[in-house]
Amino acid sequence: MSQVDTHSHTDHHDDHHDHGPAKGLKRWLFTTNHKDIGTMYLIFSLVMFMTGGAMAMVIRAELFQPGLQLVEPGFFNQMTTMHALIMVFGAVMPATVGLANWMIPIMIGAPDMALPRMNNWSFWILPFAFTMLLSTLIMPGGGPAGGWTMYPPLIQQTGVALPFLIFAIHMMGVSSIMGAINIVVTIMNMRAPGMTLLKMPLFVWTWLITAYLLVAVMPVLAGGVTMLLTDQYFGTTFFNAAGGGDPVMFQHIFWFFGHPEVYIMILPAFGIISEIIPTFSRKPLFGYESMVYATASIAFLSFIVWAHHMFTVGMPIAGQLFFMFSTMMIAVPTGVKVFNWISTMWRGAMTFETPMLFSLAFVFLFTIGGFSGLMLAIAPADFQYHDTYFVVAHFHYVLVPGAVFAIMAGVYYWLPKWTGNMYDETLGKVHFWMSTIFVNVLFFPQHFLGLAGMPRRIPDYATQFADFNMISSIGGFGFGLSQLLFIYVVIKCAKGGVKATDKVWDEPRGLEWTLSSPPPYHSFSVAPEIK
Amino acid sequence: MTQNTPQDNKALTLKLVVMTLAMFGFGFALVPLYSVFCEITGIRSAIVETDASQVIETPDIDREVTIEFVANRIAGAAWEFEPSVTKMKVHPGKLYSTTFFARNLLDRPITGLATPDIKPAAANKYFQKTECFCFTEQKFGASESRDMPVRFIIDPELPEHVDTVTLSYTFYSQTELASAAR
Amino acid sequence: MSRTILNRLHSAALALFASAFAPAALADWALNMPVGVTEVSKEVYGLHMLILGVCVAIAIVVFGVMIVSIFLHRKSRGVEPAQFYHSTKAEIIWTVIPIIILIAMAVPAAEGLIKVEDTRNADMTVKVTGYQWRWRYDYLDHDIGFYSTLDRESNQARRVNSGTDPFSVENYLLEVDHPLVVPVGAKVRLLLTAADVLHAWWVPDLAVKKDAIPGYINEAWFKADVPGIYRGQCAELCGRDHGFMPVVVHVLERDEYDAWLVEQTTDKVASPENVAATRKL
Repeated sequence: MSQVDTHSHTDHHDDHHDHGPAKGLKRWLFTTNHKDIGTMYLIFSLVMFMTGGAMAMVIRAELFQPGLQLVEPGFFNQMTTMHALIMVFGAVMPATVGLANWMIPIMIGAPDMALPRMNNWSFWILPFAFTMLLSTLIMPGGGPAGGWTMYPPLIQQTGVALPFLIFAIHMMGVSSIMGAINIVVTIMNMRAPGMTLLKMPLFVWTWLITAYLLVAVMPVLAGGVTMLLTDQYFGTTFFNAAGGGDPVMFQHIFWFFGHPEVYIMILPAFGIISEIIPTFSRKPLFGYESMVYATASIAFLSFIVWAHHMFTVGMPIAGQLFFMFSTMMIAVPTGVKVFNWISTMWRGAMTFETPMLFSLAFVFLFTIGGFSGLMLAIAPADFQYHDTYFVVAHFHYVLVPGAVFAIMAGVYYWLPKWTGNMYDETLGKVHFWMSTIFVNVLFFPQHFLGLAGMPRRIPDYATQFADFNMISSIGGFGFGLSQLLFIYVVIKCAKGGVKATDKVWDEPRGLEWTLSSPPPYHSFSVAPEIK
Repeated sequence: MTQNTPQDNKALTLKLVVMTLAMFGFGFALVPLYSVFCEITGIRSAIVETDASQVIETPDIDREVTIEFVANRIAGAAWEFEPSVTKMKVHPGKLYSTTFFARNLLDRPITGLATPDIKPAAANKYFQKTECFCFTEQKFGASESRDMPVRFIIDPELPEHVDTVTLSYTFYSQTELASAAR
Repeated sequence: MSRTILNRLHSAALALFASAFAPAALADWALNMPVGVTEVSKEVYGLHMLILGVCVAIAIVVFGVMIVSIFLHRKSRGVEPAQFYHSTKAEIIWTVIPIIILIAMAVPAAEGLIKVEDTRNADMTVKVTGYQWRWRYDYLDHDIGFYSTLDRESNQARRVNSGTDPFSVENYLLEVDHPLVVPVGAKVRLLLTAADVLHAWWVPDLAVKKDAIPGYINEAWFKADVPGIYRGQCAELCGRDHGFMPVVVHVLERDEYDAWLVEQTTDKVASPENVAATRKL
């Protein structure tokens, strides 16, 4: 696919380099090249996106109408649990790491990542982690079915799959932390002369902050799941009231990780959007510095809002008030970002190629997810919203037309740079419109379902929820099918097509556009000059 | 800004690794931190014995507080477990006694342990137990039953807005302790 | 007996159309949070509508500007892009205005929260225990306690390929054998706990949702102003049959409730099975 193609073009453009990529499988197994590793991350993420998507199809098919038609409730719970774990840790996070691998060295004028061998490791851990996670589905007792939040005591009823789940999470954690360390070191030490911190592209900034978040919270999750493991097998009682433990403590530990985790998924998306909108508005990004500060404040606030996920556990009222107010505060820096994007468009000269379309949809639909997030912050109202489809609608709005759309926008934006070929603009637009229409048909009715009283994580529902569930399922199938078109467009582009110019777009800003399309296998062996 | 040297990379990598390990430790440090936090706010009651000889009774006969007693068992527990009285009107500053009744439904000896909880959280600090079956493990012979005592005093400092205090026990047997929720 | 899938698809399509253009016309379609029958539920509904209104108003302004920009500032209209990229004044304005809106929202939200948490002066207390997969209610002021399980008809119809159409079952998945019975106008305090894993007791019309945690107790309360039957579900994933442990509350007139109480206490003496069940599980 793309990599083979990249390779041949690389030889073409870069023949003065004596060591190009190795041949065959070895190239991919032992590569320390940031572009190869970035490509592998992106392909892996796409495979996981389709795997998790297939599980979503099972879920939506069962929920198509009331009554149980296809799967047992136990298997349904395995599907919701695995769908979440795979989409979060297998699809969205590796995709943003893949984009970081490809783009950060190029954007800051570095020849490669700072720690290339570790880079190889952090990728190759992932296939093993996910093979282990997926293999739990065929174990006796099935895969984990206690939700991706893994709340005890329920998760301790998992059976033989539990240690595999926990080790898989440890491995994903190790992989993300190594990736994050690599990104921090690269950004801090490898910038070309003149590339000061406040000259870095916003994508690099958001990833720098994301990487620090990863280093700070992935180990906490690792600690939490380790305690689950010792509770189960080594007689500790961290979360067991019988021995003086408390199941609610796990929720605190989990969400101390879990809330920053949602920003780990969305901050790089903010970065991508901040690259694309200026290019297609033909105008510099509005409020660059305030974007950086807003990102940093979101990251800071993400550490002090975690308990808004657990307003119903019986916290003291002072605690609830604190978490309610701190959560509402997040709306301020997030609002600044949205206003800046709109100001960037204002009085620009916009064109609407596929990356721009996805970015515009991102701004609209992510903002809708932000609004429902603000509603969820209001603690007394959250008692009604909590654990209903309203929450499902909220986080899918910020993650699918949010994070996933931004990733797709980024892929369309940089694909010509990576492959040297233009993607099929018509098909790209068809993919965009299908995705955007179906994603709303899929998730918008879920707001109504939640408000009307449908709890989340149920395989069957009362008959008054039937019609909206059917609509939602139709949207789901449509959205799933649309993504097959995405794969086709990407493969087609990788195989050939109209040759892309070095700049690809009209006057885009950034060092990546000073390189050839595709860029040489080793870019910036001589550091570029930054004005 | 400057092109990196391997030393720079190593130093920064090391710092980040240390940060990772520190955060892993922090995950575990949350356990004691959570206990301290819970004790301060009263959301979870610590099993603290108040020394009976230190208690000076200063009854506040103008104030009456309702105490509710609640007994819980986990699903499938081979116990009978219930409070002998479900409600008591008490004056703060006065010592009271009550009992909880438990019967072993098995024909072999078992050992049990009770975990207490008090609601509302604001009352936790003011509910002092001088004697409680929750302080120690309770051994029961085959089919044995007995009344287990609790002696308590409500601190007169109990916030004005509290009119009812619920004392709840969940009684676990040792087998459940070893493999709870398995 | 039942509507076919095609029929349902048709009505779903209608609903989609209607919800997009005329939400008000859909009397039968539950689109919004129920107002409920307690003072708290009405307050929560008010908060919900307030914050929704604020969000919609902001959305109209923000999306409006964006849409105008998309139409006016496009290259195909031959515009020259401006090159401004900074305005301290604008940035201060759009930081300060949201802060003011948020503070204005925070005040009623905090007041509502304080009301929700005020469990004082309760008229009666019921202990609610979550089990996999049913509820148990113990009336602490009386010697009454019973399990509340999904009713038989729903339970049969919900099996995989049961052959029973859910639409033919009245209150499919929202009916139990023994509902919680409370008098109208009484402040009912709930003490929630669980016997195995986490559960959450939720009735939308009463605006109560609280986790039931094994080993610990939580408090919640409601005071229903209108007699009736109110239905809800377990709201915390609790394993295989999480979707099949509904909550049903019958709010009765005071005299009906008293009659029910008498019936329960005599029943209990009469039925040894009930006594045994209470003791064993």
